Amino acid sequence: MYTSIARNKSVRILFAISFLFLTHFTLGQAEKEDAGDGAKKNQIVIKDFHFTPETLTVKSGEKITWINRDEEPHTVVSVEKQFKRSTALDTDQEFTITADAPGTYTYFCSVHPKMTGTIVVVKS
Amino acid sequence: MSDYISHDHEHDGIDRRGFLQCMAWAGTGLLWTISGGVLVSKTLAQIAKAGEPLPAMDLSFLQISDSHIGFSKEANKDVTATFRIALDRINAMPTPPSFLIHTGDISQLSKPEEFDTFDEVLKSCRTKDVFYVPGEHDVLDGSGKLYRERYLKSVEGKGLGWYSFNKNGVHFIGLVNVLNLQAGGLGQLGDEQLEWLEADVKDLGSSTPIVVFAHIPLWAVYPQWGWGTSDSERALGYLKRFGSVTVLNGHIHQVLQKVEGNMTFHTAMSTAFPQPAPGTAPSPGPMTVPAEKLRSMLGLTSVKYLQGKSSLAVVDSNLN
Repeated sequence: MYTSIARNKSVRILFAISFLFLTHFTLGQAEKEDAGDGAKKNQIVIKDFHFTPETLTVKSGEKITWINRDEEPHTVVSVEKQFKRSTALDTDQEFTITADAPGTYTYFCSVHPKMTGTIVVVKS
Repeated sequence: MSDYISHDHEHDGIDRRGFLQCMAWAGTGLLWTISGGVLVSKTLAQIAKAGEPLPAMDLSFLQISDSHIGFSKEANKDVTATFRIALDRINAMPTPPSFLIHTGDISQLSKPEEFDTFDEVLKSCRTKDVFYVPGEHDVLDGSGKLYRERYLKSVEGKGLGWYSFNKNGVHFIGLVNVLNLQAGGLGQLGDEQLEWLEADVKDLGSSTPIVVFAHIPLWAVYPQWGWGTSDSERALGYLKRFGSVTVLNGHIHQVLQKVEGNMTFHTAMSTAFPQPAPGTAPSPGPMTVPAEKLRSMLGLTSVKYLQGKSSLAVVDSNLN
């Protein structure tokens, strides 16, 4: 979906500027974009108490959607409170945000805090 | 009892032998007492065979846990029914327990209607006094406000809802370790609660029996699955000087026990669905077992205290 080179580059650039931003994401309704291979674009699947992919790189302005495939409820909560937390997602429920300002954002499940993930937003 | 853990490779306080032994007890019913540092255990079947009557008890209470009202997946499509069976068992006891302790996860999704169903079904229980601590499923809004409004009416809850009370000379402490959890971490008590705990037990004599109850285990059962509490060691440090400390937890939906010095740790079965033994599945989610086996893996825990003796007896029984 993305290369480690792109990720490293984006991390280098965005670390320097990320502190400038307070609110980086806006909430949006779920929009399903098909990447063509059946998998949804910018989708993070929650399964077996893991976020997959654990790190997702997106372009500013794109939507990111989490979907819970576990029988347990999970949440998506920004570690630095950089975007609004999700409600508890029951099985097959989704949560969508729109990536705004470039930066690196870590998040976790507040119910099962061992579950963590990262979103890297690069300039569109 | 330190020889109970013989191979602690993972430094998680449990070895294979101990784990298997504990699991062998699960669902079979076991009575154990600690007297003068000697652990004595008998299965309920042994007691019944020997015809030994249980001595008169000065205090008995019952632990129920992980009702998960609202859950309706494959592992148990009717958790309300199995919760009702658990209450029927309590009502059928020849000596009713003085009170119940619910160690969290009343609900599946913290929904008011799930709490309503629980409260309605609980009305059928003859034992009316219930003391609660929250599970993470009860506080999914992140604050636990709704939970506290409903379930802490009869106690003087401090902070996020922790409290203590005395019964028959036993000091009971209800702790909250499911709120303000940190990314990458385990269950957590937090500084404010720990300071309260230190002050709460400061003036108690060392011979006072202590019972601590909280949702997530206060010992490192299996940190890889989040089955532990990051600052529990500090809490237990305040309790080390006491001659008898019994720690009762839920969360992991199975019976596990550990004894360390004067402290005994015990986790209870759920009334809703079992979860896998540590590390035996890709995740700790609900475990689906054959329908005829389900009730043997659900249950409740009875605890009895004999006044004048530093011993508490813990008996697990399943819903078969």
